[in-house]
Amino acid sequence: MAKYKTAALKSWERAKEIRADYYRNYEAAHEKGGLRWAGGAWTFDAVPAGLGDDVYPITSEPYGATIAFQKDFSDRCLEAAERAGYARDLCAYMRNYWGSIILNEYGWAEPGEERKPFPKPDFVWQDHICCSHAKWYQVVSDLEGGIPEYCVDVAIGPYEKTTEHGVDYVVGQLHDGIEWLEKTTGRKYDDEKLIQAVYNTCRAESTWAEICALNKAIPAPLEEKTMYSLYVLGTLQKSSKDVADFYEELKAEVQDRVDNKIAAVENEHSRVMTDTQPPWGFLRVFRYMANKYGCVSVGSLYTFALIGNWVWDEKGNFVPRPTPQSLGVEIKDRDQALRVLVEWELSKPEWQHFYHPKYKSDMMIQIAKDWSLDGVMLHYNRGCEGLSLGIAENRLAILEAGFPVMVFEGNMGDEREFDEARTVARIDSFMESLGVPKLE
Amino acid sequence: MIEMFQEWYENRHEYAKYWKEKTGGKVLGYFCTYVPEEICYAAGVLPVRILGSHESQDVTEPHIFAMYCPFCRDCLAQGLEGKFDYLDGIMIAQSCLHVRQAYTSWELHVPTDWSYYLPMPHAVQSPRALPYLVEELKKFKTALEDWTGKKITDDDLRRGIEILNRDRQLMKQVYDLRKREEPPLSGLESMYMVVASQITDKEEHARIVEDSLKELENRTLGRPIGQRLMILGSEDDDHEFIEMVESCGSTFVIDDHCTGTRYFWDEVSLDGGDPLTAIATRYVNRVPCPTKDWPVRTRTPHILSLAKEWDASGAVILQQKFCDPHEIDIPAIKRALEDQGLTTLFLELDVTVPIGQFKTRVEAFLEILQEEDLF
Repeated sequence: MAKYKTAALKSWERAKEIRADYYRNYEAAHEKGGLRWAGGAWTFDAVPAGLGDDVYPITSEPYGATIAFQKDFSDRCLEAAERAGYARDLCAYMRNYWGSIILNEYGWAEPGEERKPFPKPDFVWQDHICCSHAKWYQVVSDLEGGIPEYCVDVAIGPYEKTTEHGVDYVVGQLHDGIEWLEKTTGRKYDDEKLIQAVYNTCRAESTWAEICALNKAIPAPLEEKTMYSLYVLGTLQKSSKDVADFYEELKAEVQDRVDNKIAAVENEHSRVMTDTQPPWGFLRVFRYMANKYGCVSVGSLYTFALIGNWVWDEKGNFVPRPTPQSLGVEIKDRDQALRVLVEWELSKPEWQHFYHPKYKSDMMIQIAKDWSLDGVMLHYNRGCEGLSLGIAENRLAILEAGFPVMVFEGNMGDEREFDEARTVARIDSFMESLGVPKLE
Repeated sequence: MIEMFQEWYENRHEYAKYWKEKTGGKVLGYFCTYVPEEICYAAGVLPVRILGSHESQDVTEPHIFAMYCPFCRDCLAQGLEGKFDYLDGIMIAQSCLHVRQAYTSWELHVPTDWSYYLPMPHAVQSPRALPYLVEELKKFKTALEDWTGKKITDDDLRRGIEILNRDRQLMKQVYDLRKREEPPLSGLESMYMVVASQITDKEEHARIVEDSLKELENRTLGRPIGQRLMILGSEDDDHEFIEMVESCGSTFVIDDHCTGTRYFWDEVSLDGGDPLTAIATRYVNRVPCPTKDWPVRTRTPHILSLAKEWDASGAVILQQKFCDPHEIDIPAIKRALEDQGLTTLFLELDVTVPIGQFKTRVEAFLEILQEEDLF
C-alpha cells in the first residue's frame, strides 16, 4: 500500500499550453507583423518587451534542451554542427541550436506535422556571464548570414560585492541597448511596457522560489522531473504576465498539496537533490529512483534558482526574495526600471558560482539541511561549462558538511556522452550506501 | 645573450626566489594577461604569471572536472604541488571560466596571504567598459596599497607604465626582425623571450632584450628557414612542440598567442592624462582574448594582417582541449586565413602532447605547403 496519496498536477495542461504558444508565437511572429528575437534564458528579456506586445523571443538554452529531448533530431543537429567544424566538447545546447540552423529545421513541431524551417530571428538580445554566451550568437550570425547582435556583460563579480559603478556599467549597457533596439527595429520604445515587464520578472522569479520552498514539506509535493517542465517557463519568458500569473496559480495548487499531504512520489522514503541540467533525453532515471526506491529528488540549486530568486535573511535562512513591489518600490521611469531589474537579476543564486564555488557550496549545503535531504547527486555535465564550473569543489564542500554525494557523468544535450546503464548502477550503489532498500 | 630567456623560462622559481631575497619585495602570482601589471610595478610588487609545467600530474582531479582545459589544471597542479610556495599573493583578472577555476581552487587549497579577483569587463567593445574598469583599477590600487603598506602615487604609476611600455617596444623591435627573409631567431627563442617577460623583472628583461637586439642584428639561425609559419590559438608555451615543428623544415615567424604578441602588442598611451585611465584604456583596447572578442570578431583582421605583414605561408592553429572561447572562434578564423591563401593545420593540445603523432601531421602539412610552392 502506498505511503502517501498522490495526484496529477492540475496546472500541468496550462504549463504545456504556455510552452506550446511560446514556440508557435515565435514561429508565426512575422505573419502578424511582429518581430522575432533570440537570446539566452539568462538575458534581460524585460527590455525588448518595451518594443511591443508582438515581439517574440526564442531563448537558446531551453531551445537546445527541447532538441536534446528529441534524440534522433538532436543527433542530426550535433553531427551537422560537427561537420561545420565546431568542436564536440562545446556547449551541447549551443551545438543543438547551431545544428538546427544548419539543417534549417525548427526544433518545435506540432504533433504529427513535419518540421518547418528554422525561423530566423530579426535580432539578437543576449547577455554574457559564461564564456559561450555572447560568442554563441556570433556563430548564429555567421550561419544566418548576419543578424544584428547586442550583448550585455553582467560579469561584475558576486552579488555580495556589488558596487555602484558595477551596476552603472550594466545599466549603462542596457540604456545603450534600448537605443540600439530602436535603431535596429525602427520601433519607438515604450517605457511603460518595460516597467510592467520588470514587475512581471520579479513576480515570476519570487513566486517560483516560493513554490520551491514548499518542497521542504514531507512528502514533497513536487519532484524534480516535473519541476523541469515548470521552471522552464521562466527560462522562456520570465518577463511575461502569463508566466508570472501561472506561477501564482501553481503556488496555490502546490500549497494545497502540502496542506493535504499529496505527494509527488507516493512512497517517499528518501530525499535527494541534484545539480546542473539533467541529461534531457534520460529523465526516466528520476522515475527509476522514485519507483524502485521511493527516492524523490526535491530539486536542485539549478531548478530552484536559475529562475527563482532567493536571499539569505537576517537569521541566515535561505528564503525566496521578496519582490521590490511587495516592499513598496514603485518604478517611475526607464532608468529606475533598469536599475531595479539589474539589481534583482544580479542577486540570483545561480549567477554567483561564476566567481567562486564557495557561494554555491554554501547554498547547496543550506538546501540539503532545510529540505531534509539524505544525499546529493551531482551531474558532472560535459555539456555546460558554465554550470559545471566549480562542481568538483562543491562536491568536496558538501561531503565535508556531512552529506553523502553521488557523482555521475553525462551531458545535458548530447546523448552520446551519457551512459544510462552505468548511471542506474551508480544509483543502485548510492541507495545501498544510504541504506535505502528497494521497494517491495 | 638570447640564451638567458630560456634559462629564465626553465628556472622561473629560482629567479623569483632570488628576486625576493635580493629586494625584499613581494611576489604576486597571476593567472591571466589581463592583469594590469603596471600597477603592480608601481607598488614595487613583482607579478609573475602562473603557467603549467607540461608534466602529467594526478592532483587536480578532485578539484577541477576533467572537461575543463588542461592548461587550467596544469596551473593548479603547480600550486597544489607547492612549486609556487614563495608567492606572497595571487590574483586573476576576469577572463575565461577555465583558468578562473585554477584561481579559485588555488585560493581554497593553497595557503596564500593575499588574493584578488579583478572583474575585468568582457564587453570591451562597449563605451561603458572603460569607466567601469577605471573604477575597478582604483579599487585594485587601494587593495595593493593596503597589502604592501605603501602609497602608490601617480608618479609610481607612470613609472610602472614606462617599465611595461619599454619592454613592449623592445619586444616589438624583436618581432620586426622576424619579418626578414632570414629571421635571426626561431619561434621557440621568441616564445622564450615573451614568456620570460611574464615571469621576470621587466626592467631586467628589457635590458637583456636590448642587448639581444644588438646580437640579433647580424645573427642567422644557421639553418634553412623553410616554411614561414604563423602560430595561433589557446595559451601555448609548449617548447617541445614548437621545437619539433621548427625541426621539420619550418620557422614560426609570427603568432597570435597570450604567450606571444597578444601579451605585449599594445602600449599604454599616457599623454599626460590620468595614469589609471590610460592603463584601463590599454586593457580595454588591447588585442582581445576570444572571451572578450564580441560582438565583432576583431581578432580576425588583426590575425590576417599579422600573417600578411610577416609573410606567413601557413598557419598552425592550436587549441587547448576544451578551450571553449578559442574553439568557437577557430572555424571562422580558419576560414578567413584560408580565404587569404594560407593553408592551416589544426591541432588539439593536452598537458603533454603526442609529439610522434603530431610530427607526422606536421610533416604532411609542410609537404602540402612545399607542393604549393612548386606548383
